[in-house]
Amino acid sequence: MTLIQVKNVDFGYSATRQILSDINLEIAPGDTVGLVGESGSGKTTLLRLLLGLARPDSGSITFDGQNLDTGNRAFMRQFRRQAQIVFQDPYSSLDPRQTIFSIIAEPLRSLKIDGDHRQMVAEALEAVGLDRDAATRYPHQFSGGQRQRIAIARAIVARPPFLLADEAVSALDLTTRTRIVDLLARLSAEMTLLFVSHDIGVVAALCRRIVILEKGRIVEQGETAKILKNPQHPYTQRLLASVPRLSVNEISS
Amino acid sequence: MTTEIITAPQRQRRPLILWAGLILVGLHVFAGLLSLIWLPYDPTAMAGGRLEGPSLLHWVGTDRLGRDLFTQMMIGSRIALTVGLGAVAIGAVIGVTLGILSAFATRWLDDALAATLDILIAFPTLLIAMLVVAASDTANLWSAIIALGIALSAIVARLTRILAKRVLVMDYITAARTSGSSWPKIVAIHILPNIWPTLAVNFALQFGLAVIAEASLSYLGLGAPPPNASWGRILQEAQGTVYTAPLGAIAPGIALVSLAIGVNLLADGLRDFIDPTRRAR
Repeated sequence: MTLIQVKNVDFGYSATRQILSDINLEIAPGDTVGLVGESGSGKTTLLRLLLGLARPDSGSITFDGQNLDTGNRAFMRQFRRQAQIVFQDPYSSLDPRQTIFSIIAEPLRSLKIDGDHRQMVAEALEAVGLDRDAATRYPHQFSGGQRQRIAIARAIVARPPFLLADEAVSALDLTTRTRIVDLLARLSAEMTLLFVSHDIGVVAALCRRIVILEKGRIVEQGETAKILKNPQHPYTQRLLASVPRLSVNEISS
Repeated sequence: MTTEIITAPQRQRRPLILWAGLILVGLHVFAGLLSLIWLPYDPTAMAGGRLEGPSLLHWVGTDRLGRDLFTQMMIGSRIALTVGLGAVAIGAVIGVTLGILSAFATRWLDDALAATLDILIAFPTLLIAMLVVAASDTANLWSAIIALGIALSAIVARLTRILAKRVLVMDYITAARTSGSSWPKIVAIHILPNIWPTLAVNFALQFGLAVIAEASLSYLGLGAPPPNASWGRILQEAQGTVYTAPLGAIAPGIALVSLAIGVNLLADGLRDFIDPTRRAR
């Protein structure tokens, strides 16, 4: 069973600038996958392809066995219910002029999901550890960590089976980061999570599987514990060596 | 990130700005509306002696034909408000539409639009308005309004384009797309609300510009024909007697300036009042 299958995907914004080359990736339902690479390695671009916001130049992406065809409106409408994203910057990911309710309820309205939206938004807020009273306030009234919780609430309110997080904890301070990672870990019990990060420590704590991306190519992928114990590719070895005070024993336990 | 720090004294000053704007604009609106149903004198008839000074009967005196100036000033308020509102409305509809389309357009089309707008903006508003009025054979109030509206739309379009582009790169736009919102919906619920505070202040500026431009057109004889008492025409008629009866020139000048300032204060105050991100926590 695979939820997402990426086969021989190439992508470039122009003919001279190749961003992704020959990407092959499979994500099983319920899995937690960490996508690791440094800035400019193509992580965010790969996410955009997986979300159907851009189309690969060649190769194919399938979701639940169906081709991710951005031109197929009926399929895309169905797909939008299945995959949601949390961004890195909690300041630019929430519309400053909308109430928290409007922000979180947007997927419910746009995807025409039936039910009591007030109740669903309240449940989503509680699921991310915020008070349901938050719904009437505006983003500027919250801290960075709280905003990230709001962004997560928006991503999970329509109960998508697939959640993508693009550097979702990178802009947060250490203690907030730990709490958000805990929250994502809790959520990942019920959904498939693709967690993109340059921080291998966070990925180690959160993800069962890991995919290492270097300059638009996947250089290594597999179970997190195995790869961290015995990295094969020189880039992975360098990446691990650059992490301060990361003991492999700690990770596997 | 558009977080702005508003210090406490500044926040307290804001209602004052709103009130000052409301009072100034309110006076003109009141005078303009009242002129529709009641005027102190017949604007076209002799109401007293020629070039009388201010008195209880004639608050700002009479012109060189003995017509009551205050009556004409009231009609002038109505004309100025009509021109300002009309021109800004036309400029806003055309400008915002073009600006949004341009922000979404492919690079080639966007560049072409931007270049066209820059060329249009290079011409003074008044010059474009004069061309349009001169080209239409009947000079009336509406040809002036349409001309000014078209001239203003270029400025609005360019501003809208820049503002919309800045919003388009935000993550919440991508989030809206992955949430399944269509582009028209994104424009309506994310782009317009986020650009309108800046646009509103700009519209107020444009309103002032339009009112002054109409006065200039009337002054040059290209505005609304008599008996429409535009402030520009009052000013022009008072020009010959400015040393013997200066009030005839001063009064329309003050009216013009007070309306332009009033609209700007009102827009500034309203923006702070409505914009949630500028309100206190």
